[in-house]
Amino acid sequence: MRSDASWGLKAAAIGGLLFLHLPILLIFLYAFTTEERSYAFPPPGLTTEWFAVAWNREDIWPPLWLSLQVAAIATVLAMILGTLAAAAMARASFFGRDQISLLILLPIALPGVITGMSLRSAFGIMDIPFSTWTIVLGHATFCIVIVYNNAIARMRRLSGGILEASADLGANSFQTFRYVLLPNLGSALLAGGMLAFALSFDEVIVTTFTAGQQSTLPIWMLNELVRPRQRPVTNVVAIVVFAATFVPILIAYYLTRGGSETAGMGK
Amino acid sequence: MTAAVEFQNVSRHFGTVRAVDGVDLTIAEGSFFAMLGPSGSGKTTCLRLISGFEKPTSGAIRIFGEDVSQTPPHLRNVNTVFQDYALFPHMNVRDNVAYGLMVKGMAKGPRLRKAEEMLSLVKLDDYGDRKPAQLSGGQRQRVALARALVNEPRVLLLDEPLGALDLKLREAMQDELKALQKRLGLTFVFVTHDQHEALSMADSLAVFNEGKIAQIGTPQDIYDRPATRFVADFVGSSNVLPPDLTRALGGPSQWASLRPEATRLATTGPVSGTVTALRYLGSGTRVVIDAGGTEIAALVPAGQPVPAEGATTAIAFEPSALHLMGTA
Repeated sequence: MRSDASWGLKAAAIGGLLFLHLPILLIFLYAFTTEERSYAFPPPGLTTEWFAVAWNREDIWPPLWLSLQVAAIATVLAMILGTLAAAAMARASFFGRDQISLLILLPIALPGVITGMSLRSAFGIMDIPFSTWTIVLGHATFCIVIVYNNAIARMRRLSGGILEASADLGANSFQTFRYVLLPNLGSALLAGGMLAFALSFDEVIVTTFTAGQQSTLPIWMLNELVRPRQRPVTNVVAIVVFAATFVPILIAYYLTRGGSETAGMGK
Repeated sequence: MTAAVEFQNVSRHFGTVRAVDGVDLTIAEGSFFAMLGPSGSGKTTCLRLISGFEKPTSGAIRIFGEDVSQTPPHLRNVNTVFQDYALFPHMNVRDNVAYGLMVKGMAKGPRLRKAEEMLSLVKLDDYGDRKPAQLSGGQRQRVALARALVNEPRVLLLDEPLGALDLKLREAMQDELKALQKRLGLTFVFVTHDQHEALSMADSLAVFNEGKIAQIGTPQDIYDRPATRFVADFVGSSNVLPPDLTRALGGPSQWASLRPEATRLATTGPVSGTVTALRYLGSGTRVVIDAGGTEIAALVPAGQPVPAEGATTAIAFEPSALHLMGTA
């Protein structure tokens, strides 16, 4: 049914959406401004020189490389552990199951400051020096949740009968996982992985607590904004970060949107 | 004759629930065996004990003499046609059927040829390339059957396989399943809550009630001589007489059953009542008489006079037709 919202409600909705998204467009705009010390509006002139400047700035490449590395490793780790956790939780029923499910979900609900602090003190107690791996561990805590959530939602929709049917026809657990479970989880896992990658790539809070002397790309940007030189370079990098996180999220959205292809197949 | 499946005092308890409670059962090789009972009576758990998805709490299960009580499902030479078919949604029909052979490591060429053979056996020759979602309920049923038979199981288990089909299709599939079972000479174990299905298809059947077998026998045994009131009620075609009525009719003070076909109407007799319902069946008329609170049905053959509704009539029968039962 189509309902006609009132004029005022429409205006409020449009206003809200503009408030959310106009600043993003401004970021893009300032990547092309000729004024490098402050963000004056309107920009005095437009230029594409900052893309070349950014390309030649050597301090950008190590943080970019580190961010990609961390996001990739954390995602792979999350996909393995998140899938296994989901498989265990979807099939088993044991005492305390709901509580453990909550514990798995907790890292994403917990404020990043708390996660960061606790990891930092834990690394300190265990005498683990800060490195790429401590950043990966920090990111994996919330990446696992994303993959777990996607995987378990799909597993619940799958008719449980097909796993039994596979065993009944002579498949061992590994074969059932490989030939029946995995193909039916595929798109959900891919979507979870992409979301996890995007989340890890732009994470700041947990990273500040676990990175030590290294900078990931978002932290490099934060530092860059306080110095009044070549500011538009930061905006150029922002466009890159936007592309690197938005495209996977978009793909993930389309992958899970049509998820009904496996649901409702039981009958 | 060898026993295909043997239960020796088998129990399966879930906490305090005795889903299966001390069942002894022997299923002869090559027979069409039905497990009949209301939902929750333990029949499906018994089937899952044979397929291996449940392990007995106590007792022993043997398949062709071999104790399989602790054998996991994938190592048992039995296959199941599941109630909701459980076809693999991401595979086409041919790959679904060939699955059992694939996981055993058979090469692609031979296994797909074998799958085509099985599809032809269930009359789905040209459907190999389709996905399960593109099939009707009846066709999915046949794919599930072909997929279960491709492994050449020694026992085929069917869990309410016809429950999701409409009446006409169900009757056609009943005949087809029966014919297939005869042709292959396999042992079929069939779970159903539909007494007509069980009586018309099975060589022998077990009636389940509250985790125990109430009666085991041929369809005729069950129909003519129900062992307990539960069986008579559940199979539903016989008159069930309480002890006082049995005694009034000349028997001992015990529960009894009396088939409508063996019940006649008489002008005088020890038990009489009011005619409450008449149903014309073609071959005769089913007359229901209210005898002091107990409904008794009698079948009056075509051509004989039928009393009017509300009339009073007495009943008569051959003494041998009165069948005494236990009270359970």
